[in-house]
Amino acid sequence: MSDAATDNRSIKPRPGKGLPRRLYTWFDHRTGLDKLLHQALDAPIPGGARWSYVFGSGLLFILLSQIITGVFLALYYLPSADRAHTTIAYITKEVTSGAFLRSLHAYGSSAMVIVLILHLTQTFLYGAYKNRRELLWLSGCALFILVLAMAFTGYLLPWDQKAYFATSVGTNIASEFPLIGDWLKRLIRGGSDMGTLTLSRFFVAHVFLIPGAIFALIALHVYLFRKAGAAGSVRSDPRAPGFETESFYPRQLLRDFGFAVVLIAALGILAHFRPVELGPEANPADTRYVPRPEWYYLPIFQWLKCWPGSLALLGIIVIPSSIAVLFAGLPFIDRRRERRPWRRPVAVGGFAIILLSLFSLGLLSRLSDRRDRAIAAQLAHQRQETRRYMQAPFEPEMAETSLAASNVALLDPFAAKGKEVYEMQSCDSCHGDNGRGSAEGPKLVGIGAKFQPDQLEALLRHPTRKMIDGGMNAVVVSDQEMESLVAYVNSLK
Amino acid sequence: MEAEGKTSNPGTTQPSSGPFSPETNSSGRRSFLGWLLGICTLSVGALLSVPLVRFGLYPLRVKTTETSWSDLGDLGKFAPFPSPVRRLITVEHLDGWRKAVFQRTVYVTKDAKGQTIVLSAVCPHLGCSVPWNEAQGQFICPCHAGVFARDGKRISGPPPRGMDTLEATIKDGRLMVRYQYFRQLVPTKEVVA
Repeated sequence: MSDAATDNRSIKPRPGKGLPRRLYTWFDHRTGLDKLLHQALDAPIPGGARWSYVFGSGLLFILLSQIITGVFLALYYLPSADRAHTTIAYITKEVTSGAFLRSLHAYGSSAMVIVLILHLTQTFLYGAYKNRRELLWLSGCALFILVLAMAFTGYLLPWDQKAYFATSVGTNIASEFPLIGDWLKRLIRGGSDMGTLTLSRFFVAHVFLIPGAIFALIALHVYLFRKAGAAGSVRSDPRAPGFETESFYPRQLLRDFGFAVVLIAALGILAHFRPVELGPEANPADTRYVPRPEWYYLPIFQWLKCWPGSLALLGIIVIPSSIAVLFAGLPFIDRRRERRPWRRPVAVGGFAIILLSLFSLGLLSRLSDRRDRAIAAQLAHQRQETRRYMQAPFEPEMAETSLAASNVALLDPFAAKGKEVYEMQSCDSCHGDNGRGSAEGPKLVGIGAKFQPDQLEALLRHPTRKMIDGGMNAVVVSDQEMESLVAYVNSLK
Repeated sequence: MEAEGKTSNPGTTQPSSGPFSPETNSSGRRSFLGWLLGICTLSVGALLSVPLVRFGLYPLRVKTTETSWSDLGDLGKFAPFPSPVRRLITVEHLDGWRKAVFQRTVYVTKDAKGQTIVLSAVCPHLGCSVPWNEAQGQFICPCHAGVFARDGKRISGPPPRGMDTLEATIKDGRLMVRYQYFRQLVPTKEVVA
């Protein structure tokens, strides 16, 4: 950019013409937009534009899609154990485009993980973490963990069988931590078991905490990237500048744009033709359910199976965290300037081994499920249950005040007669349907525990001063009707 | 960088030039590309916003709150009765993803012209449920002694209007009614949402 003479875009300023130009100028004087845009679009890429550089902006693009679809899903979703599943079923089965948007969001999380792995692999193979890019690499590692955390917390939110049991297994891992394990598990779950508090916690983490951290880290990541500049070709040497560079615009921007279009098309087609399913509502009492995590957690899932009992600490905590520390500390360990992958056999070999092991572990998990007859049968049964649930029409949730939700009282014919008296005497106009109370009068549910039947009768026939002031009238009915009314009021629970 | 050059030149009111601006780029191909990219982005964005808009506007296009029609039974059955017939109906109220089911009392009776009408038993005064008093041939509210005629017309007492008629229709010979609530203490019948 400094050599404006060679830049064919060095622009001779021209006098302003027309409203759009004047608006742009007005805006630019106040924001410095023009300079920012030029810095971004003219950023030099040593060695020129390449398809292998598109993953970073692809991730930003998926993130944008996740934010938008996520916000829209929140229009109908409620995070509580008794509502989450119904509201997701409502989104999936009733609301227009609901299944599509939910699928876009769910597949988007998988796409995020895939593109993230591609981005990381490209950065690694190109040695783009070298030459004063330690913080850039570290912020990327933190973002990787946060994206996996987003996927993990989001998985529970539909509160179907799959979500419930997979998260139950996932949160159990926390208890393997030495000393604070059990405490940590209870912290994550909001109690010793999975329940509605777990769902609230996961929702808050998924919607407020982790996104906040992601935004901050992405800002840092992009800033550090701008500061360090594009690493470019593996052959470029920072000590010997003069390597031919090409600006980001237009060829790299076009590639990034093309990749974004590919992502939209792939996600859109998948979401339209294979919308994600919703299983039956979580039933913690189902002891036969075989939980399986989402594909990107399968390698870890399989790995955990290899470390029973006392070895668990080594396998679950020590080995993975050592690898993670080694990986994050790479730019501090590998200080050579050499970036060509074929000249870095140890680093590239180690990376390939890790990727291959993860891949084989995932594959092994799938294979062992297929080989075990009982598990294969149960998994097939679960898939069938999900399909059956998806085919059933949407069933609205019964409101608490509903008739069907209460009315144990009617089992007793005497109390049933009392209910008639209750309604004929207009008790319900103040005390509400089934004695649930209203703005006009207190609820009667549970009153049987406070008064004996004869006390109740006395109060009904001769209300106290306080009751009369509150609008209560004396009940004038026959002895038999009074007896059944008292039986009914007593039975309200 | 030309933007910097400009700031050192505050005297001239030269506008800055955007990278996508058509006039300033010496290469027409580049600016054309810029416009093309901008238009593509806009059209892709517009395409993607279609499902979002449909999703967000769903409650505006589809009825999400609705009270179902309740079946009162064969219309012919009510003909022989001279007095109003008390019936308990089960009302289903749909509200988005939730549904409430409750029972309400209605009276099937006839208006002055002999047409079958359905009255809500809720007193328009303070909302007590009004029973039919067979001995006196009137509806008498037990709370504040509002009195109504056989067809629901107000006779005496504090109620500001007569008993409320409910929307009723005959479908395949069966009497159907749609339950609604009405504002109390006002002289005209006003549906409460």
